[in-house]
Amino acid sequence: MHFRHIVHALRHHRIAVSLLVLEIAFSCAVVCNALFLIGTRLDRMHRPTGADEMHIVEVVVRSVAPGSAKAIMAQTRTDLAALRAIPGVTDVSVINQPLFGSSFSASGVSLSKADNAPTIHVTQYFGDAQLAGTLGLKLADGRWFRPDEFVSDEQLEGEGATVPVIITRALAEHFFPGKSAVGKVIYAFGTNRVVGVVDRLVQPRDYGSAESYEYAMIFPVNLSFAQGTYLLRVKDTSQRDPVIRDALRTLRTDGPLRLVSPRDATTLQAARAKYYRNDRAMAWMLVGVCVLLLVVTAVGIVGLTSFWVAQRRRQIGIRRAIGATRGDILRYFQIENFLIATLGIALGMLLAYGLNLLLMQHYELGRLPGYYLPVGTLVLWTLGQLAVYGPALRASNVPPVVATRSA
Amino acid sequence: MFGYYLDLARRSLRRTPVLTGLMVLAIGLGIGASMTMLTVLHVMTDDPMPGRSAQLYTPHLDPLPIGFKGMDIAGDAASNLTWPDAMALLKAHRAVRQAAMAGGDLLVRPSRTGAQPFYADGRYTTADFFAMFGVPFERGQGWSAAEDDARAHVVVLSDTLSRKLLGGVDVVGRMVRLGGHDFRVVGVTADWQPSPMFYVDASARRYSDGDKFFLPLSTAVDLKLDVNGNFNGWGEDHADTRMVSPTTTWLQFWVQLDTPAQVAGYRQFLIDYSAQQKALGRFQRPPTNAKLYGLMAWLAHENLVPNDLRLQLWLALGFLFVCMLNIVALLLAKFLRRSGEISVRRALGARRRDIFMQLGVESAVIGVAGGASGLLIAQLGLWSIRQRPDDYAHLAQMDVPMLLGTLALAIAASLLAGLLPAWRACRVMPALQLKAQ
Repeated sequence: MHFRHIVHALRHHRIAVSLLVLEIAFSCAVVCNALFLIGTRLDRMHRPTGADEMHIVEVVVRSVAPGSAKAIMAQTRTDLAALRAIPGVTDVSVINQPLFGSSFSASGVSLSKADNAPTIHVTQYFGDAQLAGTLGLKLADGRWFRPDEFVSDEQLEGEGATVPVIITRALAEHFFPGKSAVGKVIYAFGTNRVVGVVDRLVQPRDYGSAESYEYAMIFPVNLSFAQGTYLLRVKDTSQRDPVIRDALRTLRTDGPLRLVSPRDATTLQAARAKYYRNDRAMAWMLVGVCVLLLVVTAVGIVGLTSFWVAQRRRQIGIRRAIGATRGDILRYFQIENFLIATLGIALGMLLAYGLNLLLMQHYELGRLPGYYLPVGTLVLWTLGQLAVYGPALRASNVPPVVATRSA
Repeated sequence: MFGYYLDLARRSLRRTPVLTGLMVLAIGLGIGASMTMLTVLHVMTDDPMPGRSAQLYTPHLDPLPIGFKGMDIAGDAASNLTWPDAMALLKAHRAVRQAAMAGGDLLVRPSRTGAQPFYADGRYTTADFFAMFGVPFERGQGWSAAEDDARAHVVVLSDTLSRKLLGGVDVVGRMVRLGGHDFRVVGVTADWQPSPMFYVDASARRYSDGDKFFLPLSTAVDLKLDVNGNFNGWGEDHADTRMVSPTTTWLQFWVQLDTPAQVAGYRQFLIDYSAQQKALGRFQRPPTNAKLYGLMAWLAHENLVPNDLRLQLWLALGFLFVCMLNIVALLLAKFLRRSGEISVRRALGARRRDIFMQLGVESAVIGVAGGASGLLIAQLGLWSIRQRPDDYAHLAQMDVPMLLGTLALAIAASLLAGLLPAWRACRVMPALQLKAQ
């Protein structure tokens, strides 16, 4: 239609139009960045750990009376046997730090013995022969530990120790890019030869850079219950709750008085949900803000257009009287809104990328992907058209006879 | 006149009830969201020791070797003190009061038969702690410096723990079992919980329950009791000796300094001490790295507000801004549509000022209504924050200043929003408008 006329008419409402443009622009900028933040949160929440999470439960036991290391180790062996006897349990192990737990154990690792060799800090898992089976880890290269390779933690940390190690594929790529890590040596606890590479195993908690999330080492160490957490692998998902119940009963009745609390027994799935609950809350909050912003913007469009329609009733009547069809009037308001929205979106996209740059400085956030531009544009155009439809329809229903009335 | 304007505003708003409702709701949502987040940040960064915080300082030394690069997960290794340094500062006695401390998590065994043992959080500290922080006692008192030196097996219990363990009456002088050792109760504190817990290790929860027991640091080191906090070492690290190692930091230290001269003097003392340690070959870095933080400055340095919360505050303020833009646009359209009415009033003798006042009152009415709904929405928002699992969640309550602040913000926002439209509307040409009709 007559763009020129519409633009000309809009000039009479310069302030109102610029306010609406600003509002759309601002909503556009915030909504784009909020959606992007939601996306990064969701990606974060769905990172796999490499463990077979659905089939694992964990139980922490704390000793009450101090006992000799030997007695605690003996008790641990009794516990392991009793836990393995629980129906539905396939593997049981003691791990030093459970996934999504509160502890984080790490060591400096380098590729040379020299004091000034570059060192990175890598998280370390200690576990017995059943650890790999309990976690359901997948071997990518090399082999698992042999039964004779398992040591105590004193032996691992002892002078001149040469305990073998299994590392994750990401760590292997970092240290030995493009080559097989099996047979190579790293220096963490004395000298450690890599005997195997697992496909994936992540840090128990997020620390350090994003790529180091998948850096981990496994050492063949037999731990006592006092040094770690019991991990139980169940055959079937539905058995997790009964297994937790049985495990708590077993641990309470076996051996000396210990702290065995239902609060310290959980499925790995629940531990994951708990770990990410803040991310989930944040994502929902962002969704809420987006919805509210779009609603408020739509309300602004509806309100302002309604006023313009009421204000121009007479002009509309006159245009109808001199031959404009209802469709012409409807389209007039639709095109007007389209122009305003386009201006708003153009400004909004500039703002969105500016805001993104600001966020990148303060948060670990990537660049806003390019496809936000066309998608955001389409969404806001649609929103504008939906919002303007009601008032525009009312305008198109103004009868030509209005032209003959005064005011 | 004000009453008349109020009546005019009421009539005008009732003519467009849906639009008025939407404007009130929009400003209410914007204000509610902003005030929710402002309240959370306000309580999180509040002064934990009103009246005392200006006198409390925490000294920090830099005993790290030159090339030391710690793990980011362990935090700043120099944010705590080593045992020898803490003891040296304590013995030097250069401040009005001084105390070294560390958190502990000990197994408590109630003497009653059948009662389950449980873990309780407490603090290992030195004699001045109670007087310096003004810990209120219900019964008995803290221990003396002599008992610190003697590594006495004494303990101060919180009211909650003492009730739980001993039933509450005649507690002083009785024995309790903590972490596998017996301690004589010398005092019971009223439940005391500064918020945030400014004196704890960086890894500790700052907004959770207060300490349940206090016992002498020297005793804890003597008995090698479990410590709840970061041990950051750069030398030989043996679990057995790390508590007293000169190359492992784990202790927090606070001093009371009453006058600016004392503060300056203490600052110089820290530098002198560092220089002396450097001369002895223990410290490697410049002595001027030693720092003395005031309580509030230390909390600011520790940056207690999570990034997510900050982001949420900005989102809420951004949302309020969009709501304001919206209301400006709607009011503008609304006022301009009444050009006819305004022209008649102008022609009858109303000054521009009067029109401006009239329209200002109308926007203020929207603001008051918006502020009231904003208060309700903020309460709802704070309730939802209290459902969060974070340790600060239980603090999310509105106090009187924030309550008044909400209303003030709402009215200011709506007056601001009404300013441009009212100014624009009172500039209409009466003659032109009347003729057009």
